[in-house]
Amino acid sequence: MAGMVPDQTPSAAGDGYRRIVGPLLLPTWVVIGIFLVLPVALMAVYSVLTKEFRGGVDWQFSLAAYDQFFLNRGLFGDEPPTLEWTYITIFWRSIWQAAMATALCLAIGFPTAWFIATRPANTRGIWLFLITIPYWVNLLIRTVSLKFLIRDNGPLNEALMGAGLIDGPLPLVNTNLAVQLGLFYSYLPFMVLPVYAAVERYNFAYSEAAADLYASRWVTLREIVLPIVKPGIVAGCLLVFIPSLGAFLAPDLLGGAKTFMIGSLIDEQFKGSLGNWPFGAAVSMILMTLVMIALLFYARSTAKGGAA
Amino acid sequence: MSDAIDIRRVVKRYGTFTALHGVSLTIRDNEFFTLLGPSGCGKTTLLRMIAGFEDVTQGEILLFGQNIAGLEPDRRPVNTVFQNYALFPHMSVLDNVAFGLKMKGMAAETRRARAGKMLEMVHLSAFADRLPAQLSGGQQQRVALARALAPEPRVLLLDEPLSALDLKLRQAMRVELKQLQEDTGITFIFVTHDQEEALTMSDRIAVMSAGHVQQIGSAREIYEAPVNRFVADFIGETNLLEVDIVSVAAGTARVTLPGGHPLTCPSATDSLGKHALSIRPERLSLVAEGGDLDVTVERVVYLGTDLQLLTRLQGGMEMHVRIQNSARVTVPKVGDRVGLRIEEGAARLLAD
Ligand SMILES: Nc1ncnc2c1ncn2[C@@H]1O[C@H](COP(=O)(O)OP(=O)(O)OP(=O)(O)O)[C@@H](O)[C@H]1O
Ligand SMILES: [Mg+2]
Repeated sequence: MAGMVPDQTPSAAGDGYRRIVGPLLLPTWVVIGIFLVLPVALMAVYSVLTKEFRGGVDWQFSLAAYDQFFLNRGLFGDEPPTLEWTYITIFWRSIWQAAMATALCLAIGFPTAWFIATRPANTRGIWLFLITIPYWVNLLIRTVSLKFLIRDNGPLNEALMGAGLIDGPLPLVNTNLAVQLGLFYSYLPFMVLPVYAAVERYNFAYSEAAADLYASRWVTLREIVLPIVKPGIVAGCLLVFIPSLGAFLAPDLLGGAKTFMIGSLIDEQFKGSLGNWPFGAAVSMILMTLVMIALLFYARSTAKGGAA
Repeated sequence: MSDAIDIRRVVKRYGTFTALHGVSLTIRDNEFFTLLGPSGCGKTTLLRMIAGFEDVTQGEILLFGQNIAGLEPDRRPVNTVFQNYALFPHMSVLDNVAFGLKMKGMAAETRRARAGKMLEMVHLSAFADRLPAQLSGGQQQRVALARALAPEPRVLLLDEPLSALDLKLRQAMRVELKQLQEDTGITFIFVTHDQEEALTMSDRIAVMSAGHVQQIGSAREIYEAPVNRFVADFIGETNLLEVDIVSVAAGTARVTLPGGHPLTCPSATDSLGKHALSIRPERLSLVAEGGDLDVTVERVVYLGTDLQLLTRLQGGMEMHVRIQNSARVTVPKVGDRVGLRIEEGAARLLAD
């Protein structure tokens, strides 16, 4: 302590380490190149090729896929183009479903993560382990079993009716809610884990300091806890929202025609002779662009907020 | 003066471990009161119970006459400077200081102005927009102080606030803190394990050890009239001699010193038998003859303003002597046999 330089900013000390690390990052760049840049580039290329009727593509430039997505030229393609709503509706529905699933995950996941992070240090591992056990089972099987649970004569409805809470079964299967539940169940750990990591690092002395300065529990949560663990919450929301947006298992198995989502739309384009590879690639590109724009906006808003 | 805080037979248990064994003490309004004791003696625990972060296992705590059991921390007119500051990492220095005012419902304009004033007082106006992580330890400490003082609490709790600072800054802050306490009239309860800090700042000190209060008194009382071995030994430096009490009455005892000389001294005990006699090293002086104790000089340590002599009694016990380093003293050499005179009233019999 004695030799402390009063005005030294802590970040200055880290610069040296960052410089040394430079060349060591090469393998990382190779991995990113192969698994990130290459697939995206391939998709971008496929989206502007011509559809081949038995699946696959002709190597000929065409914007037909994007045209199909955005413009309606009538049944025979000879009318003046108007805006095509079919796919935009599917996008909108997907965003809504993913947002609801994320909200559900947050509502259940945050208290769960909080609970685990506030257990004695030696039992936290056990709780985390318990949370992950259901996820050792294949996603398909989990989703199907959820369907069994919530169907008209499934255990959930039976129990509710048995308890006298409802007269007839709640029609859950093939609804938006069923899909949201499916997505919630699929991605819950992706919310719990990052939020847990953030809460576990949270120093409860801050909460005591807030209480000491006359903040109620609720205000402490809002003004102190949430801003400090926010990076964990944001990470969790992204990890749930993004895969939910492109999911196809839950909407396929738990939903119906009215709950059709982007994932299923893309999925269909790459199946058998009914598929349309360029269109599937184009839909993927549009989805990715949307996500990127949303992330950019988010990054901009937090950068402006000052506190990082 | 009324009592700010009245702690009555307070017990604190963590499971089977008892951190505080029936502590009783009263702290007066406008007082600079210090809890002093070695690490782990329960100082923080007591402070946290006053602030409301720990339940009281037994006993009660009164704040200005009102029992505060069950009162949430945010309802107590008490603010804390935490042992490791606990500044909100996502808020600027100014927002940190203004937080308590905001919680009390003060309007944005007024509270910014007041927080600015508080920062001025701790000489940190230039740092208002920084985040806590961008400050040095001493600066953070001062922000923590400003933050706790801003809402004008009636009692301020300070948990070793100076322990992270270097010596120079610590000494400067001692003076500033004391000044601040006198200017504001706020009751300070200051926790430290540094006896020098306690002696220089406090109106009264409670010396604690292992969950017990050993003695409460002014710096002078505790230093000059320690009640037991622990206090005598913990506060400053002392020589403890085992002596036989010949007679004792009305707080004065006659004892026989090692070597056979008799001595009359104040006593914290009134039972006969063997007891410890405490004599401060600086209250001993060297004499050619007619001393109370006869010793052999074993080492002379140069301390700048003082000289420290390590000497030994015939029986083998060590005696430390401190004399001023001035041209008038003749410094004894190692191996010299000298007499030690105990200053009038400087030796004191301890209770245990
Ligand atoms: N939550 C707890 N559970 C169990 N024991 C505890 C707990 N908090 C404190 N203790 C014990 O209570 C005793 C007193 O602790 P406390 O923190 O009050 O010490 P202190 O006097 O403030 O020490 P220091 O000077 O090191 O800060 C210690 O022995 C400590 O181990
Ligand atoms: Mg402590």
